[in-house]
Amino acid sequence: METGFLIIAGITAVGAIAAMSLRNLVHCALCLTVAFAGLAALYLRLGAQFVGFAQILVYIGAVAILIVFAILLTRSNETESEAGRGRGKWSSLASVGVAFLVFSVLSISVLSGSMANRTAQDLPDISVKEIGLQLMTGYVLPLEVIALLLTAALIGAVLIAMPEKSAANGDAQTRVAHRSPTEAGEKLNDL
Amino acid sequence: MGDAVDQVFVLLKHWLLGFCPGSLQPLASILLSIIPILLTFPLLFAVTTILERKGLGRIQNRYGPNRVGPCGLFQPVADGLKMIIKEDIVPRAADKVVHFLAPLALIGPVFLAFSVLPFGRNMAAIDLDAGLLFFFAVGAGSELAVFMAGWSSRNKYSLLGAMRAIAQMVSYEVPLILSSVTVVMLVGSLSPIKIVEAQSGYIAGLPQWHIFSPWGLAGFILFMIAAAAEANRTPFDIPEGESEIIAGYLVEYSGFKFALFFLGEYLGLFAICGLGITLFLGGWNAPFAFLQWIPSYAWFFAKLLALIFLFIWMRGTLPRLRMDQLMGFAWRFVLPMTLLNIPVAAAWHYSRAWEFPAADACRWAMCLAILAFAYVRLGRGLKQGRKYGKRIYRFAD
Repeated sequence: METGFLIIAGITAVGAIAAMSLRNLVHCALCLTVAFAGLAALYLRLGAQFVGFAQILVYIGAVAILIVFAILLTRSNETESEAGRGRGKWSSLASVGVAFLVFSVLSISVLSGSMANRTAQDLPDISVKEIGLQLMTGYVLPLEVIALLLTAALIGAVLIAMPEKSAANGDAQTRVAHRSPTEAGEKLNDL
Repeated sequence: MGDAVDQVFVLLKHWLLGFCPGSLQPLASILLSIIPILLTFPLLFAVTTILERKGLGRIQNRYGPNRVGPCGLFQPVADGLKMIIKEDIVPRAADKVVHFLAPLALIGPVFLAFSVLPFGRNMAAIDLDAGLLFFFAVGAGSELAVFMAGWSSRNKYSLLGAMRAIAQMVSYEVPLILSSVTVVMLVGSLSPIKIVEAQSGYIAGLPQWHIFSPWGLAGFILFMIAAAAEANRTPFDIPEGESEIIAGYLVEYSGFKFALFFLGEYLGLFAICGLGITLFLGGWNAPFAFLQWIPSYAWFFAKLLALIFLFIWMRGTLPRLRMDQLMGFAWRFVLPMTLLNIPVAAAWHYSRAWEFPAADACRWAMCLAILAFAYVRLGRGLKQGRKYGKRIYRFAD
């Protein structure tokens, strides 16, 4: 174990634990960002430049931002989270059990696979160009499936966000007409 | 001789490295790459503040600062001293830790972004295979810093400013990246150094910069629009909108922390201008073959100052957009145009094989016609069904 790895792993683990245990939801989200950054640093240490930078771009640049946005838009003025506390020890025991099961399944599958026997020498030096070529040739079907899934999720989100014409009363409709043609962006226009 | 002047900073670094014992050399090399960046760009920031205030003054028919030093040139020094000796006020209700960390979280990633830009021949701090991706990845960090600042201040104006800033940055990041994709596609590399190299060389005395092609011209304009939004510059400065929400997420910051935010914003502007130069304006290449005796870093900084001037000019000329105009513009105009620009770039690339006479003129006409058609159609489509009547304001209910 090298010191660099230990430091990064420690920061990642502390960030993840803090994200679970802090009482303030926004603090939790920020600590989760620390964990994301630690994961990116781990990828970079392994020489996976593309994955590391994509991790920063997607998780810190988009996912973390969306999480804090969601927290701010859905919770009105209280920031301290009291929900979920004191729900009895059975639920917490069950969650620990589930987490342990998931972790053991993952570690068994990783350790029994080909990854465990790989030595440091046969790690190829993969350039970004190589990754792009592979994505466009060998892995084009998974890529397209993921793209379709994301598009479907996007359309679903827009549908949910669109106000229902029949349910909305006249006042709300004129309000929308006066303000902005983008119904989905209505929340943003309030800012 | 010309070569020595061009490479003077590289040679200086090697000369200084010679004094280091072997085991310390990697560390010393890193420090010698970082320190010039840490010195140059804050200095450029000081120069830019005085340039901006003078330039805005000129545009608005007034003098601008003219008291400190000759022609007011020492104004940045006075500003800096004032910022440092000012009391640092933290609101009682503020989240102290996050309030303290926010300026640092902004400054750190911004400085990192400079590390992949080539400032001159052989003058990039690190040569990353995925350099462009690195640039966008560290740029994404600044959004979170803005949120931290706005949220931790416990001030409604701060929070509104932060939400506006994030909404705007997230929306314009997409066109920013998509307009850079064309360059990556035609160069075939994500490394800024290779992108600059692809733009060197001259045909009939004219440079081979990407801006001198239909897709490059359109891409550069779209890139600069998105860059202005990313850097929170007028006409996209609604996150700060002094007349609406005082100063947005900066309201509760004073003294040195405010100075750090100010610095971070300008450094972000420099970084994104530097990226625009690298992608479209030929990086450190001279515009004409006979001007190559001027060192490469001088060309880079000359182009950087020219772009900064462009932004100051825009700030003095254009009014601030409204939030819905801003979002509509991003999603209905800039994004479709950047998407269309990608097939245009591909058409430009594959029509390179055309052999018949006046093929170049045909290529230009074809690509420009597609872009102009889309520009007109999108513009008309945006106008359709929209009444530009009196806007009815709804106050908080």
